[in-house]
Amino acid sequence: MADLTIVYFAWVREAIGRDQEQVARPAPTASVADLVATLATRGGGYAEALGDPARLRAAIDQRFVPLDSLIGDAREVALFPPVTGG
Amino acid sequence: MKRVAIQAADFDVAAELAALEALGGGGVASFTGVVRGDGGLVALELEHYPAMTQAQVHRIVDEALARWPLLGVSVIHRFGRLEPGARIVFVGTASRHRTAALESCAFLIDWMKSDAPFWKKEHFAGGETQWVAARAEDEAKAQGWKS
Repeated sequence: MADLTIVYFAWVREAIGRDQEQVARPAPTASVADLVATLATRGGGYAEALGDPARLRAAIDQRFVPLDSLIGDAREVALFPPVTGG
Repeated sequence: MKRVAIQAADFDVAAELAALEALGGGGVASFTGVVRGDGGLVALELEHYPAMTQAQVHRIVDEALARWPLLGVSVIHRFGRLEPGARIVFVGTASRHRTAALESCAFLIDWMKSDAPFWKKEHFAGGETQWVAARAEDEAKAQGWKS
């Protein structure tokens, strides 16, 4: 199956230093939280941005989801802080 | 009428209201959000999730249309760098019933704050910057519509 695209926004994007990347598709049993934990082990900006999952929100294929949602065959996972529009 | 616009450009509030008034319902409510220049703020930078924003705002508008008898809804949200005094967001609703127009307008702006993928970064005169933190109060307001 194709790689997974991850997109980052706001201070998550700034800490990581990129707005998107491709990663090898995680196991079918992997949740967004599992992906976040794996990425955080890269250290540096990843650890800074993703080390505290309680500060994060997520979307799978452009729909908001809880972090414990399974990634499954999604094409895109987005990681970002709580939204502040309006 | 359903109008959703996610844009960098400013918008004309009078023209938006006129379009809602022209629907003939007799009642139009609106909210306009404007950048405040508090605490030496020189600009607000609005980032969004382009692949998601339009669809998500349509979902929010559809929720309002399902809950209230509305003849029209307009939601405009800007992105990019906005200076104090600049308009950020517009929500307008038209109905034959004032309660429907007013309540749906409040609902829409509350949900735009908690359920639309936008993030605000503040730029201050000294060059400092700060991402705006989500307010628990805003989340509670949006949740209030869900109960």
